[in-house]
Amino acid sequence: MDHNITSGAQSRRSFLKKFGITVGAAGAVTSLGLLNACTTDDGEMVTVLTTDGRRVEIPKSQLKVDTEEIAVRGREGIPGKKFVMVIDLSKCRNARKCMTACQGAHHLKPEQHHINVLRMQNDGRTGFFYQPKPCMHCDNPPCTKVCPVDATFKRQDGIVLIDNERCIGCRFCIAACPYSARVFNWSEPKYVEGDENRVYDVELNVPQKKGTISKCLFSADQLRVGKLPYCVSACENGVYWFGDANEDAVTNGTSKETVRLSSLLEDHAAYTLLPELGTQPSVYYLPPKNRLFKYKYDDEADDWMKQYDKEAGA
Amino acid sequence: MSEIKKQDDNVIMEKIRKDILTPLTTFPLGFKIWVGSLLTIIAVSIWAYTIQFQDGLGVTGMRDYVSWGLYIASFVFFVATALVGMLISAVVGLLGQKWIIPISRISEMIALAFVMMAGVVIVVDMGRPDRLLNLFIHGRFQSPIVWDVTVVNAYVFISILLLLLPMLPDLGIIRNHMKKDLPKWQWNMYNILSLGWAGTPGQYKILHRTIRVLLILIVPVALAIHTVTSWLSALTLRAGWDSTIFGPYYVTGAFVAGSGALIVAMYFIRRAYKLEDYITDFHFDKMGKLMVLVSLVYLYFNLNEFLVPAYKMKTADAHHIHTLFSLHGEYGVMFWLTQTFGLLLPIFLGFFKRFRKPFPMMLIGASLVVGAWFKRVIIVVPTLIHAHLPIQNVPENFTEYNATGIEITVTLGVIAVAVLIITILAKLFPVIPMWEIAEEKGVDIEKDL
Repeated sequence: MDHNITSGAQSRRSFLKKFGITVGAAGAVTSLGLLNACTTDDGEMVTVLTTDGRRVEIPKSQLKVDTEEIAVRGREGIPGKKFVMVIDLSKCRNARKCMTACQGAHHLKPEQHHINVLRMQNDGRTGFFYQPKPCMHCDNPPCTKVCPVDATFKRQDGIVLIDNERCIGCRFCIAACPYSARVFNWSEPKYVEGDENRVYDVELNVPQKKGTISKCLFSADQLRVGKLPYCVSACENGVYWFGDANEDAVTNGTSKETVRLSSLLEDHAAYTLLPELGTQPSVYYLPPKNRLFKYKYDDEADDWMKQYDKEAGA
Repeated sequence: MSEIKKQDDNVIMEKIRKDILTPLTTFPLGFKIWVGSLLTIIAVSIWAYTIQFQDGLGVTGMRDYVSWGLYIASFVFFVATALVGMLISAVVGLLGQKWIIPISRISEMIALAFVMMAGVVIVVDMGRPDRLLNLFIHGRFQSPIVWDVTVVNAYVFISILLLLLPMLPDLGIIRNHMKKDLPKWQWNMYNILSLGWAGTPGQYKILHRTIRVLLILIVPVALAIHTVTSWLSALTLRAGWDSTIFGPYYVTGAFVAGSGALIVAMYFIRRAYKLEDYITDFHFDKMGKLMVLVSLVYLYFNLNEFLVPAYKMKTADAHHIHTLFSLHGEYGVMFWLTQTFGLLLPIFLGFFKRFRKPFPMMLIGASLVVGAWFKRVIIVVPTLIHAHLPIQNVPENFTEYNATGIEITVTLGVIAVAVLIITILAKLFPVIPMWEIAEEKGVDIEKDL
């Protein structure tokens, strides 16, 4: 594998580039192709792009979302991609903008974390550090293995997704996940205005459904339109790098700087969480050394639930 | 000579029929009160379940970390206890032990009732019971849950056969002798279920052969059902579950739970139906010895399961061991009470002949059953409390597990249904195989049907 990359690196990269553009364009057209016109009716007009590239104006009532197509593409993923995240622990100061952005995007309750910033200490003598923990999108995922109905599955772009319209709520995947990355809708989920009539999007897990699992999706809906995940873009401290391992490039969510994935991992001696379990995560961590922010032990400020209640009260 | 023999046979059969079939025709007050109280518990638990169905599993004490609780523990308990059918009829029976004849049918009734409730309680635990059919529409063969559904259903099927087929000659006896003693519907039921049994030598030959095949078949199926149940835990990466001996650990534990349940059922059925001539002190003595044997084997697996990780104290295992072993640990008190009353004390008492009498055996059996249920809670819950990564930024009740009233009520209701099924089966059908007893006594059974 390594040998192949060295020998044909140049041509391979340019191929990937072209391929990426083609696929991206195809994706954009497909996504608009989802909107099929059907009945005739008067009302508000909208402009759409047809499959052959023309802009046409049609009544809004004629737009019909092809839910079947959304489900199919959600299961298949984005061809040619292998999404990875790199989390720089030396930069995390527990601002939790990622958590807030994530819960907002996925309509989650305060105790439901697709990404959770944990206060870590490996040993009594070693320092504290903050560790954001999304789903690891393992290449050997223990959760998808045990699912009895294929409601959680691994896509070709490396993302582990959940189909809330199929999940039977057995919670075997919660038991199987060693990273505690999964949450459950124990009661009526948090509905945001408009959720009642919203078509379920498997790449966003919205609207959330009672009695089913939810978890980090690497913001598959954002990736579909070429944007960075919600948490990555929300971070103010440059903690997150996100990108495509096939392109060997990751982009920082704060500075928007793009670097080589391989050099970033190599130079900083990156590691994965619980590697001894053989799950092969797609999320890498850069060690919390030379931290930009001193660890500040503040139980009151660190209490997420209390802070949330306070903000809700105010 | 043959005339005298025939008269003797008739006298023996007359007594057997009277002793064993009388309960079929009477519905005493005690029975009505017993069924009435079970139905009350079931009604309350159905009400509790409707609340859970409407509001979601949030009405239970389960949350994102401890996401399995009483229901899954009860599921494991039901499957475990259901293995008694295989233990008595197949394992002990195939070894040529004749003393199990009068208690084999009771063990089959327990097996059927408990394995059916195992299937029910797993649906109760589902977040989306309305999507149950997805298991068949989208079932993935790679998932242990699909294996479990398969083997549980297979076990239900074989248990029904193993209850019904050996009962055919008895149903024939009822059909032939009880027409005037029974309400019409009841007699019709026996008539249909007897499948035209005539008691010819040819039929007996087929029956013996079929039962033997079933008894051999049920051994791998029973092992599979409980091994797969253990794999629901053992196939995950969690300390306390991540164990290679979980299969045999569960199976041996199942024999302990099952023999306890059988002893309790034997005691109460014998008392209620006055079957002292059939289920004798000798049978309790034998069951006591069997109980000690299976408990010792289970003790051996417990030593392996707990002491091996406790010696090494790997980080995650150490947390788990501390939770259980230390009296200050969250499950320390429950662990030691369970091990004492569910294993150590019964073994110790079982060594003495004076405790292998019906009444003390019943108490020991009850202690085993209750202990077995709590042991399943100990197997399921504490492991989930200790995740690999710290539990943070969640409400206080996420870090522990406290079963709610609704959850406990529903669990009790499911147990009550299991007991009710056994009660009804033991009321409608002869609890003791009459033809096998007669055969044991040397009666020429092929003549008198």
